Formats: sequence, C-alpha cells, structure tokens
Amino acid sequence: MFEQNYNFAFLDEASKREIRRATLKAIAIPGYQVPFASRELPIGRGWGTGGLQLTLSLVGKEDVLKVIDQGSDDSVNAVSIRRLVEDTTGIRTTESTEEASIIQTRHRTPDHPLRNDQIMVYQVPKPEPLRDVEPSETATARMHGEMDYSPMWLALYENIVKYGNMARGADYPVMINKRYLMAPSPIPRWDNPKFHYAGFLSLFGAGREKKIYAIPPFTHVESLHFDDYPFEIENFDGASCIDCGSANGFLQVIPAKGGTWIHRCSDTAFCLARRNASLKNAEVQA
Amino acid sequence: MEHLQININDFDDELSPFDGIDHTLTWKDEPLLKVRRLNKKYGSGCMLCESEHGMSEKVNRCPNCATVWAMRNVSFDLYPGEILGIVGESGSGKSTLVKSLYFDEVVDQGEAYLQAYEKQDTNIFELSNQQKRFVRNHLMGMVYQNPLLGLRMNVSSSGNIAEKLLAADHRHVGFMRARASELLNQVEIPISRMDEAPKRFSGGMQQRVQISKALANRPPLLLLDEVTTGLDLSVQAKVLDLIRRLQRQLGVAMLVVSHDLGVIRMLADRTMVMRNGRVIEQGMTDQILEDPQHAYTQLLVHSLL
Repeated sequence: MFEQNYNFAFLDEASKREIRRATLKAIAIPGYQVPFASRELPIGRGWGTGGLQLTLSLVGKEDVLKVIDQGSDDSVNAVSIRRLVEDTTGIRTTESTEEASIIQTRHRTPDHPLRNDQIMVYQVPKPEPLRDVEPSETATARMHGEMDYSPMWLALYENIVKYGNMARGADYPVMINKRYLMAPSPIPRWDNPKFHYAGFLSLFGAGREKKIYAIPPFTHVESLHFDDYPFEIENFDGASCIDCGSANGFLQVIPAKGGTWIHRCSDTAFCLARRNASLKNAEVQA
Repeated sequence: MEHLQININDFDDELSPFDGIDHTLTWKDEPLLKVRRLNKKYGSGCMLCESEHGMSEKVNRCPNCATVWAMRNVSFDLYPGEILGIVGESGSGKSTLVKSLYFDEVVDQGEAYLQAYEKQDTNIFELSNQQKRFVRNHLMGMVYQNPLLGLRMNVSSSGNIAEKLLAADHRHVGFMRARASELLNQVEIPISRMDEAPKRFSGGMQQRVQISKALANRPPLLLLDEVTTGLDLSVQAKVLDLIRRLQRQLGVAMLVVSHDLGVIRMLADRTMVMRNGRVIEQGMTDQILEDPQHAYTQLLVHSLL
C-alpha cells in the first residue's frame, strides 16, 4: 500500500520561510497588507487557506492548536482544518482556549481572555477595507499610502444619513496605530475592542487575495467613529445564554417556537467551560 | 432626518483656520496665485517645437513631430477676491490650465505659488501627493463642466459636501450636516432635498451642488470650468447670479473658464485670452471687450453677435 508522506506542516520549508518573512514584515508595519505567494493547499480557496498557511508556517512540535469557526470548535471547516494540521504535524489540538498556544479562527475572537503568549490567526475573505468604496487595487494602494480614507468615512456618514447609525455589523473597519485602515476580518463589532493594546499577537491571512497583515501586541487599535456618533458594540438588552447563563460573551440570537428568540453563547468553548464550572460547584456543594 | 438637523451657529469654532493655512496674511498687495511659464504637451516634443520660437503661435501642433502643446508658457497673477476670466476657442488650453492647477493634469514645466499656503515660496507642482491633497481640499474648490466629474451621483447631496469636509479632517456629523444645510441654502437648493442623490437633480441643480461642495472648506480660490455650458438660458442666469453673489459675500478669488464672452463680461474683473495653448492678451475685461488689441481677440469679440 502506498503511503503518502508530507513535510512537517504540509508546506515545504522554503514556502514556510517566505510566509514567515511576510509575517515579520506585517508585524513590523501594523495594519499594512503584505503580499505573499499564497500556496495551493488541499482545501479550497476561501475556506481558510490564508489562516491555514499562517498556522502551518508558525507551528512547532510543542504547540497546541485550537481551531474555531464562528466561535464553534465543531463546525465542518474547523474540524477539517484541525485534522489536516494534526495529520501533517502530529501536534496536539485542543478545544480549550486556555490550553492553546495558537488559535486559528474564522469570524470570532474567543470570549475567554487571552494570554500574552498566545497567537490569534484570523481567516480573512476580504483583506482590503476600502474595497467596498473603491474597486481599483491601484487606487486603494495609493489611498493607504497617502492615508486618504475619506471615502470610507463618507460611507459611514451615508449610513448615518440613511439608517441613523453606522449600520455595519461584522468587519467593522479599524485604524491601526493611527496610520493604516484595516479590515479586522468579519468578526462582530463585539470583538473589535479586544484588539486595543491587547497582549496577544493577531495575524490575518487572506489566501485568495494573497495578503498577510498583523496587529502586534500592545498596539493602538481604534474602530472608526465620529465625534457625535461613537462606536458601539452589539447590545443584547440584558439577554443571557440559555445554556450557561452568561451575559458577558457574544450571543447568537436564534429564533424559537412561538415567534420568540433564544440567546446562546457564540463561543462554544467559553460556554462549555462555564457549564462545567457550575457543575463542579454543584458537585462540591452536594 | 430630524435627528440630524443641527444649527451651523453651534459650530462657530469648527471652521477656524486649519493647520498650514496662514489666515493672518494681508493679500491685497500680493497675488493670491502666481503662475509662471506653464507648459503642457501631449507627445515627446522635438528640437523644433521645444525651442522658444520654433513654432508659430497660429498652431499648437508641431509640424515636425505632431506633439500637441496644450499650454505654452502660460503666466498670470490672480489677486485675492478677484475674478479672472479665461476665454478662448475649443482646444485653446483653458480647461487644461484649471485642471493642472487642481492637480487633475500633470504639467510638464512651470511654477505656481499659492499665497494662502504656508509654503508660499514652494512651487505647488513640486509638492508631495499628500501636500497636493491638502491644497486641493483646503485651499481650492473646483466646479467642473460635467457634474459627473465633480460629484458622486449615488451619494446624497449633503454627503457630497461632507466628503470635502471629511477630507479636511472634520469628524462631527452634526457640524457637517449643519454646514451642508448652510451651503445648500446659499445655492438655493431646498434643505428637504439635502439627503437626495444628485442623480435625481436637474443639470442646474447639480451645478449648484457642485458649487456648494467646492465652497465647503471656505477656500480662498475657486476654479470654475465652463459652469454654464449645457444649461438653458434662465438656469445659466441663475448660476451666474449665484457665482457673482457668492464672490461678493465670501470674497473668494475665482478663475472662470468660458468660451462664452457673455459669461466673461458678466463675471470677470480681468480677462485672459488664450489661443493654441498661449496667452495672447490679458487686461481689464472692459478693455479686452471694448478695445481688443490682438487680431484674434478682435475676431472673437466681433463674432459675438
């Protein structure tokens, strides 16, 4: 029987080195999109290849990996990526946020506070925050170079005129280090403030668009806002998770029978940890 | 929207002098804009047309290398609060001149000095892109012949004005709405329509929105490129009245490009006649129109009626 053997972490060493160089440059220039030669992977473009290439270039034999998709450890996308890394590296994976040294994520930052030695890797579908207001890549490159972000501000102004607020849910643009406008990937607004002077390193990889960018630890990160229209995170009107009772995490709003709504933690590991802790407390008291 | 209606008087300090603009200057004796020997050519040029007297002033196309000289040694001064009319036939270089001053076109040679800019002694064509953007957004306003060039047709009228304010680092929605209301009121566009996109406006209204956008940051210099072309006579008269009134109220200097001598007669204090990319005559408007010296100007004036 023929057995396929791969290099450690699937990619060849030269490819990993090139990705690490791009990553170092991205860390050196916070918020700047560094082009890189996005490799072919055994998953389709748009399924997290940017994040996966970052993860594969970063992992060492001692690392512990956690992969989440919209906060869930058990989605098909998260499980497939986790298995690929397990099969090609043999490293340990986990569902616990605390245990992980590298967390690859799609569309969420864990609700459990992160340590300074942890690395967040975000999968990014659209790395260019100005793409909605400017279709030309040459023009957006010039706009970043000259820090000409008035079209983005105009889009927010138009939202206020039309809807009375800056009607953007996910992928709300942030200004990094008061210099570069950056798309934080489609995370909810809830997660934006977690970047501000965070101790952990955040890396963003867009495989299809071939860009890597980063927020180094302890960087000034500000969500765009007007003087009289402050940036606001999602408001759940005092609702709490139906499973763990938490009102401190980002909640999914799920339609229920009778036209009502239930709320459930988006971060499954956070929810599970809270439920386990309450069970443990109940056992101790019993 | 009701929640967004705010009075401009609440924001007296918002339009205080921006960084980089010296508002203390007394400009009366000094030109606001000095332009010297501007050249713009389309083509590589050759020994014949590059030399000072190589080409006849009757043509702008080099017979040897077919290079077209859109501007040839154009020099003039514009004083604060003055309206300088630029007149000439199609292809004479009028629009190229104002577009070059607004950095829409890149000039090949020449200098321009803007007294209102902190770096008065620096040729504005040699500024960095950021500095040019600063000059465009803070010190100049431009009204194009075609509103498509000057407006975002799918963005609200107030948004078009806000764009200019945002580019000048204003970040207060209430102030921007109040300023937009004030400007649209000045150009007689109903405030109830300030959140409508200009694509739903008539040509005259679009031109008026363009004028209000150009005035958003109270620039000392306004560039107007054939603003009344394509408008019917009654709308033309309204727009011209508006420009004249704004110039008297705000004291803004204007460079008015037109091939219509009626427009120039009505607006301009001084007039410059261009032909084949060259300035062939300039002087007080009355003098140019009543007593033209150059043969071409005589032809132009006499062909009026």
